[in-house]
Amino acid sequence: MAKPRVGIFDFTGCEGCELNQLNFEDQLLDILGHVDIVEWREAMDGQVDELDIAFVEGSLSTPECITRIHEIRRKSKVLVALGACAVQGGVNAMKNTRPIEEVREEVYGDQKYLFPTLPALPLSAVVKVDFAVRGCPMTQIEFLKVFTSLVMGKAPIEPDSAVCVECKLKENECVVDKGMICLGPITRMGCGARCPTFGQYCNGCRGLVSAPNIEGMQEILVEKGLAMDEAWKRLQLYNANQLEGVQR
Amino acid sequence: MSTDLDIKVHHLTRVEGHGNIVVNMKQGVLEKARLEIVEAPRYFEAMLKGRSFHEAAIITSRICGICSLGHQITSLKATEQALGLEVSEQTVLLRKLLIHGATLQSNVLHAYFLAAPDFLGVGSVFPLVGSHPEIVKRALRMKRLANDIGDVVSGRAVHPITPVPGGFTRIPTEKELLEIRRRLIEDMVPDYLATVDTLQALAEAIPDFTRETEYISLRSDHDYALYDGDICSTDAGRVDTADYLGMTNEFIVPHSTSKHCKVSRSSYMVGALARWNNNHDKLCDTALNAAGALGLEPNCHNPYMNTIAQVVEAGHCAMDSVAIIDRLLDDGLKNERPNQEPTRYGTGIGATEVPRGVLYHEYTYDRQGRVAAANCIIPTGQNLANIDDDMKALVPEIIDRSKQDITLMLEMLVRAYDPCISCSVHMLDVQFKE
Ligand code: SF4
Ligand code: SF4
Ligand SMILES: [Fe+2]
Ligand code: NI
Repeated sequence: MAKPRVGIFDFTGCEGCELNQLNFEDQLLDILGHVDIVEWREAMDGQVDELDIAFVEGSLSTPECITRIHEIRRKSKVLVALGACAVQGGVNAMKNTRPIEEVREEVYGDQKYLFPTLPALPLSAVVKVDFAVRGCPMTQIEFLKVFTSLVMGKAPIEPDSAVCVECKLKENECVVDKGMICLGPITRMGCGARCPTFGQYCNGCRGLVSAPNIEGMQEILVEKGLAMDEAWKRLQLYNANQLEGVQR
Repeated sequence: MSTDLDIKVHHLTRVEGHGNIVVNMKQGVLEKARLEIVEAPRYFEAMLKGRSFHEAAIITSRICGICSLGHQITSLKATEQALGLEVSEQTVLLRKLLIHGATLQSNVLHAYFLAAPDFLGVGSVFPLVGSHPEIVKRALRMKRLANDIGDVVSGRAVHPITPVPGGFTRIPTEKELLEIRRRLIEDMVPDYLATVDTLQALAEAIPDFTRETEYISLRSDHDYALYDGDICSTDAGRVDTADYLGMTNEFIVPHSTSKHCKVSRSSYMVGALARWNNNHDKLCDTALNAAGALGLEPNCHNPYMNTIAQVVEAGHCAMDSVAIIDRLLDDGLKNERPNQEPTRYGTGIGATEVPRGVLYHEYTYDRQGRVAAANCIIPTGQNLANIDDDMKALVPEIIDRSKQDITLMLEMLVRAYDPCISCSVHMLDVQFKE
């Protein structure tokens, strides 16, 4: 069997997800043995016409992004969204909660039409996304799982339980009991409850579970002393697009 | 001699983020020589406005994954100053250790993965896996250890978890720190010395080009300034960080989504070479020996040597990490909780040396502890005018060479600055309108 031809692409994001791929120091040489990386602007020269798997980081936020993601989709058999920006719109989507004119003016003043911009969209708003690796930055263990499945020709399984489940499995002390807030109850697991394990609250980077109890979550946040609008902001950090139109 | 030249490198490879090189010469007259920044702006100001001080560093760290630790620490320092939050000595030491880890990882990544392929005449690091496996494995080993400092101390090297306003949500254990220390001595030191040897053999590939400019970095009387210090300029001398706006002077140019900067001349340089020129007297012997072996001398005005200056200071970061761990363990690790009770709500400035140069964050908080105004000035943005000036000086000097050669020289020049374009466009100064 020929090795799958892989491309790695980036849109509007911080490139932290891509960097996380160079951070598999122990596995990198192994990974390179199973695939041919044929296009990756951040690490190599050149472009190709056809790909088996495209890994794509970042959200879509300019007209140029929309053109380019169509090109990538056209030449790729499988497209995997990498990280919160690509999967949900990520932190970029916070700007969508305010009128775009206002946002542009705030940053560029009267030069606001110099650089075209759109609301920050997840890849799935524009093209078909086959699989996702969630997290901000993308969760490394999940990337390895998805990667291994694809190389073996299997479909990866997406988790749909809350971060709390993993936290309990790890026998962590619940950060809510320690007096903090936490978005673990509505956030999709897969990261091994990384933040609570390091004493910090979960800020929801892996996106919502498919049936989140938003109302219950808001109540907990308010109970922890946050004003309602503050609670809502915390929820929007990674989920502004998903919560659009949801009742407060 | 060719008098017409037209170079356009669209989406330059092996740099972080999207930039184009455009050079244009007509009948011997240079019309354009510049780096165009075409990365999509992300409007961080709009995301930060009205957010709680607990979230400021979480959000600004997402300006750039490559520089996430630097943004986070700088953001925390600005927030702490604005809110009057004191931090402990242990917190400062742990942060310094994190900065060493991040600088080490970034400098190694740049030298081996992004710059070295040029010295060896290949398009990427991947062919080196077959041709120079030992070198690639060594680079990965060094990167792994540098990242492990981040993983152990901050929970995650990219977008760290534990550093928060007032301290850390988790303190590493003595056992974890001792293991890092052991690996620094047993693995990092020999790998570092081997790196210097490897580079020494390649040093001829570094172009000989000089253009003196203004060099700006932090400077401290106590150590090689990374975490803290005054602003220090080869033209203007030492200036308090409170005056950072006068030491940057951002302005918009149409060919770049990132603003440009200037101080005493039309441009200035920040980053490892500026730190070297200003602070080489504070480096440890390991780093100074490396500088000697690699031909890096004080007052170096060759921007291509920035890569070498990065490797030199990586030696300092490794050795000083050992010293910091020793101090932490001698003092005894304390299980402190972060100090998060504001004593005031005002404005604060943070200035840190991150791998690509001095980074500034400034925030103003309202009485609810929410961001009312924010400004970040990013190293790569500060270097852009200097890169353009270098190109303008370089192109006439090498105009007799082939177009392919000239293009390569220009690409190598831009890469030598290790520009972080992702970073540079994501934050522009702004006063929020009420
Ligand atoms: S998901 Fe997070 S780490 Fe990945 S590109 Fe977006 S901001 Fe960066
Ligand atoms: S704990 Fe929450 S915020 Fe942290 S990595 Fe997991 S999903 Fe993301
Ligand atoms: Fe700025
Ligand atoms: Ni950056």
